[in-house]
Formats: sequence, C-alpha cells, structure tokens
Amino acid sequence: MNIKLLMISAVVVTISACASTPEPAPVKQVQEQAPPQVFEPEPEAQITQEVVEAPIEAIPSGPIPGTSEHFKYVSGDDRVYFGYNKYDLTQQAREVLRSQANWLGQYSNAIIVVGGNADERGTREYNLALGARRADAVKAFLVSQGVAPGRITTVSYGKERPIDGGSNEQAWAMNRNAHSAVLVGGGTS
Amino acid sequence: MNIALRPSKIIRRLSKIIRATALVASLFVSMFAATLAHGQLEIDIVHGAPEPVPVAIPDFLSSHPETDQIAKDMAAVISANLERSGLFRVLDQDTYIEKQTDINYQPRFADWRVIDAKALLSGQIVREGPNRLKVEFRLWDIYANEQLDGKRLATTPDNWRRIAHKISDYIYKRLTGEGGYFDSRIVYIAESGPKTNRRKRLAIMDADGANARNLLADSDLVLTPRFSPVFEERGARKKVQLITYLSWETGRPQVFLQEIETGNRELLGNFSGMTISPRFSPDGRKLIFSMVKRGNSDIYVFDRGSRSTTRLTTNQAIDVSPSFSPDGRKIVFNSDRGGSPQLYIMDADGSNVKRLSFGDGRYTAPSWSPRGDLIAFTKSNKGKFHIGVMEANTGKGERLLTNSYLDEGPTWSPNGRVILFTRETRGRNARASIWSVDLTGRNLQKVPTPGAASDPAWSPILP
Repeated sequence: MNIKLLMISAVVVTISACASTPEPAPVKQVQEQAPPQVFEPEPEAQITQEVVEAPIEAIPSGPIPGTSEHFKYVSGDDRVYFGYNKYDLTQQAREVLRSQANWLGQYSNAIIVVGGNADERGTREYNLALGARRADAVKAFLVSQGVAPGRITTVSYGKERPIDGGSNEQAWAMNRNAHSAVLVGGGTS
Repeated sequence: MNIALRPSKIIRRLSKIIRATALVASLFVSMFAATLAHGQLEIDIVHGAPEPVPVAIPDFLSSHPETDQIAKDMAAVISANLERSGLFRVLDQDTYIEKQTDINYQPRFADWRVIDAKALLSGQIVREGPNRLKVEFRLWDIYANEQLDGKRLATTPDNWRRIAHKISDYIYKRLTGEGGYFDSRIVYIAESGPKTNRRKRLAIMDADGANARNLLADSDLVLTPRFSPVFEERGARKKVQLITYLSWETGRPQVFLQEIETGNRELLGNFSGMTISPRFSPDGRKLIFSMVKRGNSDIYVFDRGSRSTTRLTTNQAIDVSPSFSPDGRKIVFNSDRGGSPQLYIMDADGSNVKRLSFGDGRYTAPSWSPRGDLIAFTKSNKGKFHIGVMEANTGKGERLLTNSYLDEGPTWSPNGRVILFTRETRGRNARASIWSVDLTGRNLQKVPTPGAASDPAWSPILP
C-alpha cells in the first residue's frame, strides 16, 4: 500500500510540476547554469502534504477488495494442504476454507476455480484422480459453508503444477494442495 | 543343422552349442517356433540373455552418386537398430575382408567366417529416376551357406529411413522368429521450462528417436498420449493413425482424439467434468477412460460409432488408468478401493472385478502387453519406483525391471518384448527422459530426444 501512496504523491508532484511550468523565463541566460535550477520543486511542498493525507482513509490497507490478492490476504491463504495420498481436510485447512467462504459470501459475484495438486511421488494418472479428489473436498466444504456450488469449478493438475521444485518432505508437503483461484473478481454486494 | 526335431529338453542341453553358434541357435528356435509352445521361445529371448549374435552389415552398394550417402546411412541405421535390441552385435566394418560388388552373387562365406560373422546383410540401392529408389537386400547365413531372406523395396529418397527400419524388422523376424518393432513411432510429451513452470507439448518421433516434431503447436499442458492399435482408412488409399491424449485447453483435463497425418482433432464426447487416462480398445473403435464426478473417478467406455458412453465401475474409490487385453475381453485398471493403489482386473462389461496385485507397495499405471501374456506396471515401494511385469491372468511371477527415484508409465513395443517408460531425476533441476528396457531388465537404454521428454506411447508397426 505504501507503493500506492508513493505513486499518488508522485502523481501529485508531477501535476504540480506541470502546474508550475508556465514561467518560461530567461531561456538564453539560463543555458550556462541550467541543471541546478530546473529540478527544484520547492514552492509546491504544501500542496503535496495535503494530498498525501487524503487517500489513507479512502484506501484500506491491503489489496484491492474483490481481487484474488484480496481473497488470499483475507482468507490467510489461497491454498490448503493435504497429507500424503490423503484428501481429507485438516483442522487448519478448514479454518482457511471458512475464511474463503466468508470472503465468497461477501463478494457474491466472485467465481473461483479450485485446482487440486499432488506431489511427485505418485504416478501421473493416479495423481490426476487424487488432485480431483482434493479439489472436490475443498468445493464440498465451501458449499457446506453456504457458497453456491455453481460458483466453484474444480480442476485437477495432478503433479503437473508443483509450487516447490524440491524433492524432499517439505517440498512434497507444499505440493499436496488445493488452490482456490479467483476467476471472476467480486464487487461488494 | 537340420537335425531331427526333438522335444524341449534337447534345447536346453544344446545351449552351450547354441551359445557358440548363436545364429544357428536362433534359426533353430525360429524353425521350432511353429511347433513349440510360446514358453520355450520366451526362455530364449525373454528370460535368458542370449549372447548377442555377431552380424556383418557393410554399407549398401550404390550405383549413383546421389544415393551414396543414403547407402552408408542405411547400413548405419540398420546397425543401430539391431544393436539397440541387445540381440545382435554388429561387427566393425574395418574387419570385413570381402568387399562385395554385386549382391546378386553369393558372398565368400569363408571370408565372413574368419571374422566370426554369423549373418551377413548385403544391400544395394538403385536409383530409378529422380524421385524413386529401389532397395534390395539379402540376408545370408554364413555357416549354412545360404540365403535367409531377400527382398526389394521401393520408395522416395526422403523416405529411406523407413526402408532401413523395414529391413531391420525383416532381419529381426528372420533371426528371432518374432515380429520386430523398428518401423514404428513414439508419441510423447516434449518438456521445457523449470520444474515449477513446465511446458508440456505433444510430439512424435520414429522409434529410434529420429524425425522428432511437434504435433500440436499451441499447447502448454498435454499429457498421456496413446495410439490407436489400428490404422484407419480415409478414402481410397489413405491410411491415418489416431492418437488420444489429455489437454487442459478447455480449462480442465479432457480427452482429445487426433489424426496424426491430417492434424484433425476432436474433443471426445460432451462431458461436463474432467476426463482422464484414455486408451483405445484393440479394435480402435472404443475409448476407455476415467471420468471424474463429484471428485470421484470411475471408468467409462465410449463407442466411437454410436457415440454412446457406458459406465463400467461405480466404486467410491479412485478407478483410473484402464487398459484393455489385446483380445478386448478384459480390462486391467488401477484402484485404491482396498486402501492403497493396486491393480484390478475386470471383464470388458465391468463385471467380475478381481484384485491382481498383492505385493508390497503401490501399483499403478498398468499396461497390457500386445501379446496378452503380461501386464506391465509402475510400482513404488520404500521410496523407489520400478517398472515391472506380472502374469496377466494370475498376477503372479512379478519381475521388477528397473529401479530409480521416479520411473513410471510403461508402454509396450509392438512385439511385446520391450517397454518404454518415463524416468525423472530428483530435485529442483529434475529432468524427464524416455528410457527403454527389455523383458530381461538387462538392456536398459535412454532413448534420444531433442529435449526433456516423458509419457511415451509406442505405435503398432507401420503399414
């Protein structure tokens, strides 16, 4: 968000710089000692201060509401993780999914795709079936929390979309997940 | 060598002599092929590891400057094919004493016996106009002083590799008594990009790795291509070969069909959910695959003629990776209905389900041999992956042919003697490649591909 503030203040500076230009003063004389003078924005300092303060209230801290970044930010995670060869939801996964369901309740136009993923220690086709199971487990839970089933599609990527390229327990645990991706963002209802 | 036909015991006793004169042995076996049970043949080629038969393959004779290079390359391709099979050892051309100038005369057998060649392949190329080659070959038995095979084949010059593969198949068949597999193709997945952002595209190459090319230009994620076992007529003299594969282009994995020669393709059926693990029936008229409904995958069969779909399994567990027996009457598949992934077998209508695998570990990705006798599978146990085979009818006689961090997805050569599979290394720089292994497990080789490659499927012999 700081970036946004910076951008806004940068815009302000630019605008004020533009506003200050109508003084096409002594062009020929300045040529010899030009550089130092052109870059001084002094007189506009006050204006800058004023505008910087305003957006702090208008823009909440965090991603833009209704976006996939916001979904992830608010839910705590856009992924839930599974045990080896498992597709049942852990307590932690349920908590994340409750938050996801809340968000989906708030942004009722949003549509999500749940992608099921598996680690590399299974064979390709079995893992596709396992990924489908995981995606469906997430969908079923979200639906149980009141999200309309038509707003959630599921897809399996099997072991084709690892997020950690390692070949160790930690990487495998990361790669056994279901990823909720916001396909169509939501406006507030 | 035309000694009286005797029952199988004699063969075993003859094994020492056989090793000394391996060609005679294989001829012996091939002559017996009609009368002996299949089992006897398998001892020779499958369970035993016969000494490779030494053969001589001089460059083919060329009577026109334009065919000189092809004449050399032809011998090289045939030599590489035979060597790769593990059944033959091609003798160094520098040791050849006789330089034949006309293959229509008998070779000087004594000259070839000196270098211990058991067989000699003589070939010549005749240019019959700017766009036509005639290739003749003769296969000689050096110890029996006689011709074993001789054929004349014609083609366009750019098609010379197929002639070389055809000749390789003739030699293989004449000397082992079994059909070859050289004039065939492999569909596979060409991989690029880092492990966490892989691009997987559909590709095809000749069985020896030559002529690799993409089959689908704009694909990011395509998996598990498989051939139809039959070639289909399109018009009077045109034959096409079909493949089926998975693509995510609609946003979810779905089964596609594609004609290799025309590029024509279609989405299979009109299913709302994910469809995965497709394979053709032996007659090419049906596809068998898994469809996911409410997260659960079951096996279905799709009839290409009537476009009707029939559900074959209704279990709550994962049912995936079905593969027909070559007679079309049975299906082997993968299910975790018993708590872990194992192989099961059922009748083609879905009845009579029986568990087939009972060993330690997880069994997945079964593939029924085109000979019908064996089922190849992937087994993972204690952190290792193996390609293995078991008897199709009983599930017994398990033999593991490979062992690595990740081996998977066996596919059979057209003659049921060699298996291709995917091997992937571990770690962040993991790379997939295609490997071949014969049924002895001793002849393990990497198949050359232009880049990383996975999910091979072997075609039938080309028409």
